[in-house]
Amino acid sequence: MGLEEYKGVYIYAQQVDNKLSSIAFELIGKAKELANDLGTEVTAVLLGSNVKGLADELGEYGADKVIVVDNPVLETYRTEPYAQALTAVINEYKPEIMLVGATAIGRDLGPTVSARVATGLTADCTKLEIGDFPLQAVPGKEDEQKHNQLLMTRPAFGGNTIATIACPDNRPQMATVRPGVMQKLPKEAGRKAEVIEFNPALEENNRYVEILNVVKAVGNVENIMDAKVLVSGGRGVGSKENFKLLEDLAEVMGGMVSCSRAVVENGWLAQDYQVGQTGKTVRPQIYFAIGISGAIQHVAGMEESDLIIAINKDEDAPIFDVADYGLVGDLNKIVPQLTAALKAEMGK
Amino acid sequence: MDFTLDKKHEMARDLFKQFAETEVKPLAQETDETEQFPAETVKKMAKYGFLGIPVPKEYGGQGCDPLTYVMCVEELSKVCATTGVIVSAHTSLCIDPILTYGTEEQKQKYVAPLAKGEKLGAFALTEPGAGTDAQGAQTKAVLDGDEWVLNGSKCFITNGKVADVYIVIAITSITEDKRGRKKKNFSAFIVEKGAPGFSFGTKEKKMGIRGSSTYELIFEDCRIPKDALLGPEGKGFPIAMHTLDGGRIGIAAQALGIAEGALDRCIAYTKERKQFGRAIAAQQNTQFKLADMAARVEAAQLLVYKAAMAKATQKVYSVEAAKAKLFAAETAMAVTTEVVQLFGGYGYIREYDVERMMRDAKITEIYEGTSEVQRMVISGALLK
Amino acid sequence: MNIVVCIKQVPDTKGGVKFNPDGTLDRAAMLAIMNPDDKAGLEAALRIKDETGAKVTVLTMGLPKADAVLREAMAMGADDAVLVTDRVLGGADTWATSTTIAGALRNLDYDLIITGRQAIDGDTAQVGPQIAEHLGLPVISYAEEIKVEGDSVVVKRQYEDRYHELKAKMPCLITALSELNEPRYMTPGGIFEACDKEVTVWGRADLKDVDDSNLGLKGSPTKIAKASDKVPKGAGEKVNLDPTESVNYLIGKFKEKHII
Repeated sequence: MGLEEYKGVYIYAQQVDNKLSSIAFELIGKAKELANDLGTEVTAVLLGSNVKGLADELGEYGADKVIVVDNPVLETYRTEPYAQALTAVINEYKPEIMLVGATAIGRDLGPTVSARVATGLTADCTKLEIGDFPLQAVPGKEDEQKHNQLLMTRPAFGGNTIATIACPDNRPQMATVRPGVMQKLPKEAGRKAEVIEFNPALEENNRYVEILNVVKAVGNVENIMDAKVLVSGGRGVGSKENFKLLEDLAEVMGGMVSCSRAVVENGWLAQDYQVGQTGKTVRPQIYFAIGISGAIQHVAGMEESDLIIAINKDEDAPIFDVADYGLVGDLNKIVPQLTAALKAEMGK
Repeated sequence: MDFTLDKKHEMARDLFKQFAETEVKPLAQETDETEQFPAETVKKMAKYGFLGIPVPKEYGGQGCDPLTYVMCVEELSKVCATTGVIVSAHTSLCIDPILTYGTEEQKQKYVAPLAKGEKLGAFALTEPGAGTDAQGAQTKAVLDGDEWVLNGSKCFITNGKVADVYIVIAITSITEDKRGRKKKNFSAFIVEKGAPGFSFGTKEKKMGIRGSSTYELIFEDCRIPKDALLGPEGKGFPIAMHTLDGGRIGIAAQALGIAEGALDRCIAYTKERKQFGRAIAAQQNTQFKLADMAARVEAAQLLVYKAAMAKATQKVYSVEAAKAKLFAAETAMAVTTEVVQLFGGYGYIREYDVERMMRDAKITEIYEGTSEVQRMVISGALLK
Repeated sequence: MNIVVCIKQVPDTKGGVKFNPDGTLDRAAMLAIMNPDDKAGLEAALRIKDETGAKVTVLTMGLPKADAVLREAMAMGADDAVLVTDRVLGGADTWATSTTIAGALRNLDYDLIITGRQAIDGDTAQVGPQIAEHLGLPVISYAEEIKVEGDSVVVKRQYEDRYHELKAKMPCLITALSELNEPRYMTPGGIFEACDKEVTVWGRADLKDVDDSNLGLKGSPTKIAKASDKVPKGAGEKVNLDPTESVNYLIGKFKEKHII
């Protein structure tokens, strides 16, 4: 079968507890761009039990079609039945591109399914575009250059390197995509997607595991990945108590407090608030880096922020290399004054 | 002649370095400041076999060689000289004489728990009136039926109160030679903590290695079984001297580690610290001093490793041990003093480790034979 | 019980990163360590060994110098080691890597296979689940706790906001998180023994039931189009003023940008 038979940009619409994850909409946003370049459509693949009702929301965020596999076996995520379902969708509908979120689910489902359908998978992508492979044609072998390929860009080596990867000879071209990086489209109320119900047989085999227990973390309702403004503190803040300064600033700016790894290690904030390679990738409109030196692992998680402001007493701190505005000085003096000044300005 | 380490020793060094950096270094300053024996660290070292490195496997040890053991003391002492001496005194001064002179029964009974770190060892020779001059010792042991009865006291004993097993040197007879000069004959004993009549005196407050448990041991009609005698009766002095030959290699390794640790910090600091607009490492004065220190430290390392190899292959290694200890100890003192100088004011402040290292270095010129004793041993061999 | 732990020698990413002209990584030029997630997986296996007397075999695919991580694993307590190394296996992506490792594993007896969740060089988290796929085994990834219960394993499987307690019948494959445990150190005696032991070395010919078309660079569906060191985002403006002036400067910028 020829590769050209594979058509359309598909995304895995992750749902947990019958609630769509933000990554589903982010993937649709990116898929839409890719589909425009390819002149094709965006299809969301929704797997679960009693999830059909979620299809409309996917439509409102830009999906053209939604394939729903509704089966009681899919109530809670487990690798095997989900892999069977997604594999069946791929084999039946033959997508050209299949995007999956690089979540704790997607990074399990993605590799299993890609191996099952014998194609490549590029992990944790931060950039996706349509282009040529090789990027430049080899002189004399111009006709071997392939067009309309998915070019998948990802950081590796702890953020030290960037690689762009293609999957020229296998279909679908699969990628997992890091949450928080792609932009979702504005919700278009009432926009409808074509809903296709698909019921492949799911076979209970030796690879099924038994769920003994599901334990949800308590608290932690807010997610720093959703914040428009992040006021992030590092080791330089000095103490748990001193984070009050950052909280005050965050409150004035309508944002949230986040932090670097050192802060979590010191026990000043919980890991949910950690930005960086081992924490979360954030992309707020404004990112304050306060008392953060700017190790590459931290920068990897925040450099896509629209506007970065760094406050640090060490004028050689690497954070200033990525900051749009850098203030060299004592955060204990600057931050309260800044909070007060912003309050005054906004009160005007 | 090949001065490169083989794979085993390279891996062992990596292990000791990693352990020292992760488990020991973070506690070094506090250990010094509070003068607390680092019991948790010792437990961890026990778990990983660090307390029985050169001990054969059949006696519960790691089955490694003296060089591996020396590298362990060296790497520990780079970050904390207190931790280094705990291992050194335990291994060289307690396990080693039992392995060398003990009966099979004694080896089975004592070496295995010591090597596994279930028990800690110490060595008691020095007395208030007898340091370098061992003949000044007063502690006596008298056989009374099936028991030896010990009376006297020992001072400056490393692992003093925390040990479980002690090698104690005591007078068991006094003989007169033909010219009527009295000679004390010593014997070595294995004394267990809790023996009736065995107690502890004051804890010493020291200049350096402040976390090590240095105590006076007191024996008041202390009764120990007859078979606690280690080696032949009357051979306590040569046993003690031979034990100290081994101990000196351990202390040489400790001194070497202190010097290396100070030099490492100095290199990092001089690269960072700016004066007159440039890093002090950019000044020739600094560069020359670093070069001198590096050459000297490496020379010390070669002597220490050579002594360790000698212990592995030779019956007698007194001179190798004396040279290693003399040179490494004086290197430690010289290097730490120079490093404090290069650090300037910060070198004199406790927050920076080099101040502690300079205090720690001094003891290596004193214990287990002063530098003067080492010179006597070396020159004695030259002139005999 | 037989446990095989798949480990990888990785460059310590704290150091610099280097590439060959063809865009693949020049691993030879970098300091090498045992991948942290794999080390946690090994520790989990060694704890099971401590409790049950299981036999632990470590397996790696890599250059001949990857022997070092196998020795390290044995010095920590692993019983046996297998090095899969062959020129034709070089440049493999996760598909070709998992195909290769599965081919090697088919020669071994195993009840439990443990891999790290992901390696710090590639960060893909794909090889573990893909090995399970090739071998037809149940897989539980992201394990933060592993217990053996009879012929099954019970695993705490981490998700972003929850964990699942899962039970799988052996044989199965688990991918371990470095949060799983604090790996033990080697012991000096363990090092001496490990250096004297034989490491089994397998090449292409020793892989069972694998096709050449699925191995190495050629057998990798994903191809590197471009790889480069990361170019940092350009620095913006930096001011070193007294606090009040700093704040005024920033407020000015915010007004320019219509943030306030």
